[in-house]
Amino acid sequence: MLSKRLISCLDVRDGRLVKSVRFVNTKDIGDPVSAARRYYEAGLDELVFYDITASSDQRAIMLDVVEEVARQVFIPFSVGGGLRSVDDCRKVLEAGAEKVNLNTAAVSNPGVISEAADAFGVQAVVLSMDIRAAGSGSLPSGYEIVTHGGRRDTGMDALDWARRGEALGAGEIVVNSIDADGTLEGYELKLTRMIADNVGIPVIASGGGGRPEHLYDALTEGGADAALVASMLHYGHYSVDSIKRRLHDQGLKIRMTN
Amino acid sequence: MRQDRILSLLTTPTNERSSDSHLMIHIVDYDAGNQTSVKRALDHLGVASVITSDPEDLVRAERIVFPGVGHAHSALETLRKRGLDEALISAADRGTPILGICVGCQILLSGSEETDLPCLDLIVGRCLKFRPDDAALKVPHMGWNALRVDRAHPVLRHVRPGDEVYFVHSFYPAPDDERDVLARSRYGVEFAAVIGRRNIVAAQFHVEKSGPVGLKMLGEFARWDGNPC
Repeated sequence: MLSKRLISCLDVRDGRLVKSVRFVNTKDIGDPVSAARRYYEAGLDELVFYDITASSDQRAIMLDVVEEVARQVFIPFSVGGGLRSVDDCRKVLEAGAEKVNLNTAAVSNPGVISEAADAFGVQAVVLSMDIRAAGSGSLPSGYEIVTHGGRRDTGMDALDWARRGEALGAGEIVVNSIDADGTLEGYELKLTRMIADNVGIPVIASGGGGRPEHLYDALTEGGADAALVASMLHYGHYSVDSIKRRLHDQGLKIRMTN
Repeated sequence: MRQDRILSLLTTPTNERSSDSHLMIHIVDYDAGNQTSVKRALDHLGVASVITSDPEDLVRAERIVFPGVGHAHSALETLRKRGLDEALISAADRGTPILGICVGCQILLSGSEETDLPCLDLIVGRCLKFRPDDAALKVPHMGWNALRVDRAHPVLRHVRPGDEVYFVHSFYPAPDDERDVLARSRYGVEFAAVIGRRNIVAAQFHVEKSGPVGLKMLGEFARWDGNPC
């Protein structure tokens, strides 16, 4: 059987690793390549790099980061942020990433999901959704897709968008709760479960992971196939091994390397 | 790494030296995606390699890695167009050690449910599609899964029980001859994760993205003389 995956998200701005809390007040916490290598050596299952570089002329720096990671890290990783077209996707895949994360670009142009899936295969396309609880009764699922790091509402229903993304050719879905992101108080389990129960592709829980029990809940009650962590690893509160051992001891199938 | 190799050259008997000194690996490029990842993994191990789409290179190659991601059908079309299919078959016949990876593994069989085109037929059998009865088992089979080695092989020397490797695939190899299955994995059904015959060995998972377990397999392939025992 497949193991549940532990994935770490590295937010990168201008080639530096940063951690954002609710996507504002980003803090510089180091070099993304050495962080990636450290996590790889510690037994992490997968990595996500999110390029939050503001200006487009800095984007080439990200490709350098991707290439350097690919030389040193031998687990799968994906890259997202600022990818607008199949050409943008091709550049990061050629630089060494296995997958692309499509977010805002997919909302404004859903066709990019199917174009990327046709060009690179569904396994290479991850639909990343930023989601916020909607006002009561305003949307069928109760959750809304937001973009631009949560600053822009779209009026799109989160569950509708997940199903549509799958139909268009996404091979995985990241369910990122903007409400929970950075709080370290746990994943949005109800939302994660709802999406996981209604799509046939792997779901990655994101936003709010602060303690190993949060991951356990997301991977059981939340129905997720993988859990994304950031702060709890980046700030050294927990090690990859301590998180995995805990989940493994609680009976989840986890890839143990030590 | 380098010092180890020099040391082993100095200490191994002459008749074994030829396999150790010919470390150049040719990686087959047929627009199937992961040749660069394979090269980077070999670079990391200090193993010399070159990416090529020239059939002449494969004829002269000392060792060949045949990688691949994507669809078997388009992969086969490109292989044929470049004359790489014939080159691979003749290299295999000459005893050149060959490592197939993912789609490169699938194409070594006789055929596949993914395409009407005949495959290379270097290992007799077919590739079948996952059709899990359990709706919770999603296809493609994507992620880390455990290997069980059923037949000892030099390339699998370092694989320990329960070691996990990274898979991304919807089709899996099913050799006709049980003896061609070297290691298995389980996803609804038990399937062949590593197959091999004579100088050919092939993994359905991504050796180049399977962490230290995969790197060790690549390292062993780089020194394998093509003898399965």
